Amino acid sequence: MMDLRPRSHPTYLAFVVHRASGLLLALFLPLHFWVLGSAITGEARLEGFLRWTDNPLAKAAETILVVLLAAHLAGGLRVMALEFLGWRRRQKDMVAISAGVALLVGLVFLLNVA
Amino acid sequence: MAEPASLKVSVWRGGEDGAFQRYEVPARTNQTVLDVVTHIQRELDPSLAYRFACRVGMCGSCAMTVNGRARWTCRTHVKRVVDADGALELRPLANLPVIRDLAADLSPFFDKWQRARGTFLPKQSPDGAVPEDFAVVPPASKARREADAGIECIGCAVCYASCDVVAWNADYLGPAAMNRAWTLVNDVRDGARGERLDAVAGDAGCHSCHSTQSCTERCPKNLDPSSAIAGLKRVLFWDTLLGRR
Amino acid sequence: MKSNPGVHLWVVQRVTAMLLGIAVVVHLVTIVTAVRGGLSAREILERTQGNEAWLLFYVVFALAAGLHGAIGLRNIAAETIGLRGRGADLAWLAAGLLTAGFGIRAAIGLYA
Repeated sequence: MMDLRPRSHPTYLAFVVHRASGLLLALFLPLHFWVLGSAITGEARLEGFLRWTDNPLAKAAETILVVLLAAHLAGGLRVMALEFLGWRRRQKDMVAISAGVALLVGLVFLLNVA
Repeated sequence: MAEPASLKVSVWRGGEDGAFQRYEVPARTNQTVLDVVTHIQRELDPSLAYRFACRVGMCGSCAMTVNGRARWTCRTHVKRVVDADGALELRPLANLPVIRDLAADLSPFFDKWQRARGTFLPKQSPDGAVPEDFAVVPPASKARREADAGIECIGCAVCYASCDVVAWNADYLGPAAMNRAWTLVNDVRDGARGERLDAVAGDAGCHSCHSTQSCTERCPKNLDPSSAIAGLKRVLFWDTLLGRR
Repeated sequence: MKSNPGVHLWVVQRVTAMLLGIAVVVHLVTIVTAVRGGLSAREILERTQGNEAWLLFYVVFALAAGLHGAIGLRNIAAETIGLRGRGADLAWLAAGLLTAGFGIRAAIGLYA
């Protein structure tokens, strides 16, 4: 069992979110590309696929994917700012901003999809 | 915070496969964790092995795992880490072989300083001779300020014990060795820049760092090894992309 | 300098990350705009069919995403199950390119 006591700080949590979202997105990516590639063989076929994704379960999964993507994007920008621009200050604020951006994108998606 | 009358201290005894032993230590004002360990060894159990020297946060030899976190014990006040129940858990530093009780073997940690080319090599006299003239290094220059930011490391291995990448990859150099390398990369008098950058590149070096920043979070000297490693990545990125290495 | 795959894979991952930093923003904005009032095949294909700019965008996006994801999985596999070495690196690179191939196939489908 992993001891959480040495790992309970914001930038570690940001790493966990980045790794988990990255793992899920990387596993989803081939599936996403394959299914889309197969569905786009004609307008009718694509339309049929899109109507299938109208079910609530697919919409919930889409929302989760959008949040994962936004979280990975925002977290990745933070890491690259540290690596390439040397932004060493206010790392914890940047973690909070990344989390806020991810949730905001999810919310906007939900508002538009509804 | 309420002050308990006595501390219930669980201390790691034995080697890797050892176990905790319980001790009751009277609580005192302004008591440090090192004071507690010393009390146990002097008054309760002289066979306890631990390591310390200066007691004032300079030598870097007394670091241990205190209630799950790596800390310098001589400058850690008990009241900062203990709740009203007075429970204190002491283990040797993580990610290092255990010699006995609270003493960890720091050889892998210092070996990696060598592997990361942590030794200054004067540019003017690679044969080790004393240079003829003083080097002029403006203290306000960018490189010097980068070097100064990491120069106060006391080699306590708190960062090394706090880093997950060290646990995941036995070859990984770790935060302190790369922080040292970064100070030398920024030292305009140093002549081993190329070899040093080679030594810290790749999966065993800076490119495996995931910026969890546990090193920066835990460093008792408030240094920022995470940013030093990011600096090494930055220099190596441009050097690799522009074919400078 | 001796061969050091960790450095080159890291450079590829960061260069793709920079591309993805832009592409994902475009993708998210497109998603959020497209789902307004429901997704329809006509709406999507009207945007993409015969449009070289969108084709180029999706081809670059697929290539970057495929490689970026595969290198990420390589690092996770190395650190969690100890899967390391040249063979593993080449296998991950192949998986990344295959994924990108699937994406390019989909992009061509949107264009044609």
